[in-house]
Amino acid sequence: MQIKTQASERHTLSVTVENEPGILARIAGLFSARGYNIESLTVADVTEDATISRITIVTSGPPAVIEQIIAQLDRLVPVHRVVDLTELGPHVARELALVKVKGTGEKRIEAMRLAEVYRARVVDATTASFVFEVTGGPEKIDKFLELMREVGLVEVARTGVAAIARGADPI
Amino acid sequence: MAADKTGADILIEALTDLGVEVVFGYPGGAVLPIYDALFKQTKIRHILVRQEGGAAHAAEGYARATGKPGVVLVTSGPGATNAVTGIADALMDSIPMVVITGQVGTPLIGTDAFQECDTIGITRHCTKHNYLVKDPAKLGAVIHEAFYIATSGRPGPVVIDLPKDVQVATAAYRKPAGPGAVAAQHKSYRPQVKADTALIETAVEMLAAAERPVLYTGGGIINAGPAASQMLRELQRISGAPVTSTLMGLGAFPASHPAWLGMLGMHGTYEANHAMNQADLIVALGARFDDRVTGRLDAFAPNARKIHIDIDRSSINKIVRVDVGIVGDVGRAMDDMVRVWKGRAHQAADLSTWFARIDEWRGKKSLAYPESKAAIMPQHAIRRLWEATRHLKPIVSTEVGQHQMWAAQHFDFEGPNKWLTSGGLGTMGYGLPAAIGAQIGHPDALVIDIAGEASIQMNIQELATATQYRLPVKVFILNNEYMGMVRQWQDLTYAGRHSHSYSEALPDFVKLAEAYGWKGMRIEDPDALDGGIAEMLAHDGPVMVDCRVAKLANCFPMIPSGAAHTDMLLYESEVVGEMTDEAKALV
Repeated sequence: MQIKTQASERHTLSVTVENEPGILARIAGLFSARGYNIESLTVADVTEDATISRITIVTSGPPAVIEQIIAQLDRLVPVHRVVDLTELGPHVARELALVKVKGTGEKRIEAMRLAEVYRARVVDATTASFVFEVTGGPEKIDKFLELMREVGLVEVARTGVAAIARGADPI
Repeated sequence: MAADKTGADILIEALTDLGVEVVFGYPGGAVLPIYDALFKQTKIRHILVRQEGGAAHAAEGYARATGKPGVVLVTSGPGATNAVTGIADALMDSIPMVVITGQVGTPLIGTDAFQECDTIGITRHCTKHNYLVKDPAKLGAVIHEAFYIATSGRPGPVVIDLPKDVQVATAAYRKPAGPGAVAAQHKSYRPQVKADTALIETAVEMLAAAERPVLYTGGGIINAGPAASQMLRELQRISGAPVTSTLMGLGAFPASHPAWLGMLGMHGTYEANHAMNQADLIVALGARFDDRVTGRLDAFAPNARKIHIDIDRSSINKIVRVDVGIVGDVGRAMDDMVRVWKGRAHQAADLSTWFARIDEWRGKKSLAYPESKAAIMPQHAIRRLWEATRHLKPIVSTEVGQHQMWAAQHFDFEGPNKWLTSGGLGTMGYGLPAAIGAQIGHPDALVIDIAGEASIQMNIQELATATQYRLPVKVFILNNEYMGMVRQWQDLTYAGRHSHSYSEALPDFVKLAEAYGWKGMRIEDPDALDGGIAEMLAHDGPVMVDCRVAKLANCFPMIPSGAAHTDMLLYESEVVGEMTDEAKALV
């Protein structure tokens, strides 16, 4: 028999949680136990109140699943608030990547030139390699990596997305 | 500030402050300080079960029968893991429960110490919330918070994992300032109790305008307290709508009422399922559209507008898209609906055409079963048990399987908190400990566990618990020598290939009962059934009845998996041999 799949859309959620042990496992566990997708998950203390952390989750699924993800997250006891930034309106999403590129001669010059176009900063260099630091939307970083692959990409570390709504008001 | 006390003393004092009267548990190395503190006090009664799984189910039965939270105390490691099935069961059926598990001392956590297990990790997915308390100063507050979380909003199990050194360390204990103090202090957990007024008004208008309404009720009404069951009667009275119920909701509406349709779903009545299918409005009250209820989703109530009232926001639109989703306590929401209805001076619509159709469906007599003079029909046994005990308003628990469905179909309940069954998780072995818990909560009530011979063996050791506490529990086994529901599915889906569903080497249940200090009885002859039931009821103590029933009887009516509500099998002769892969996946 065939397993049915539905058209899915990508949403960025901002989740404020009580800063207590195990909360990350609880949230990640909710996704795995119920079969939801996690594309990226980042967490840090961001408020004046050290007892609260902000988690940014990029997830995808059909609209009904996204609605369930929000409701299920909201029901967790340590969760203060779940905001669907994608539904809320325009928002800024950024991540940081450290990109190691190996190469000499022409390849090396090409790597530097591309890095400049993408405003990537060199944070380490040897005669045969660079480590670039690049920030931006996930698509920009994807594109940068795609180009670097041709030049000599050997390793990547990415943070996952941090996102915030545009405008003056907090969520 | 109170003087310093040990963690174990804080636990006992907090439980006392919370009004806990009974704890179901089993001692072990990691909870010895708490057992010592229990020994030195008289306010909290401890019920010693024979396996930690029994403690969890007993606490569930106690909670379901009394409306109070069930409390469990077990040791670390295997004690905690044995309790997990009952914890998962309580989560699925929304049973308020607080489980205190011992843990190895904090310096030993993470070292694979003797009887260490990651209780928090293991129970994360089967609790509403859980705590590992490392600081004795926080213990009192955690206990009060755990009870608040377990009992408010959608009730559920909460685990407190308590390392042994925290149990003996000293700290101050401060009682919360008063009722509501814990809720007021909690920063993130705020269950929505009061429903949105505008949505309630919309729901009332839809109900008043409906021509073919059905009230689809669930266990949430029983969880909302006895007043909610009364309010359901009032909502039905003013609207005139027929009422059906899930397995968990049985008893919230009296089965003797003319508007009662019986249970719906896979083994529900023909009239309940057809009424749902043909309804123009369904009001789901504390029910969650479980797959055993809906059957094939695209054929579930296709022409009905749907209102869903539930305290758990995540239950709304989870399975079935509804037109109006209302988050709130179902008892209060019904109260609001009744008030709005009366305020607008709505009259009950003329539903005589609707009830005429329902009466046609009732004419199918879908709960009829073949009679036999040669063997006791299991349905007949339950019907006679009901007739012999109905005046005593018994509390009935069940195990899981055919006997459970037959009990749901043939034992009529008039009020809430009388029906204890494992609905969501479907846990064999639930019934005996649940009956013990119910009997502890209601010492004078008649408590009967309707069991199957396979299920009863899953927690048979709890016979000893009933003996120890002189609990006059009655266990009524419908013994057909098969895991009957498994065999029924194999008949239906796998062309009768009875793969491992026959129980060879059954114990002699009469001798087994006697070995545990119970009265044991066997009923084999249909003519001896009534006399046997009377003898069981007359005995002032626990009785186990091995009622030998027709071996191959199946449970009808039935919606086979993958079928619509209108495609019910009513009789044995309709059983088909083999199903499609899609249908098998839905079993």
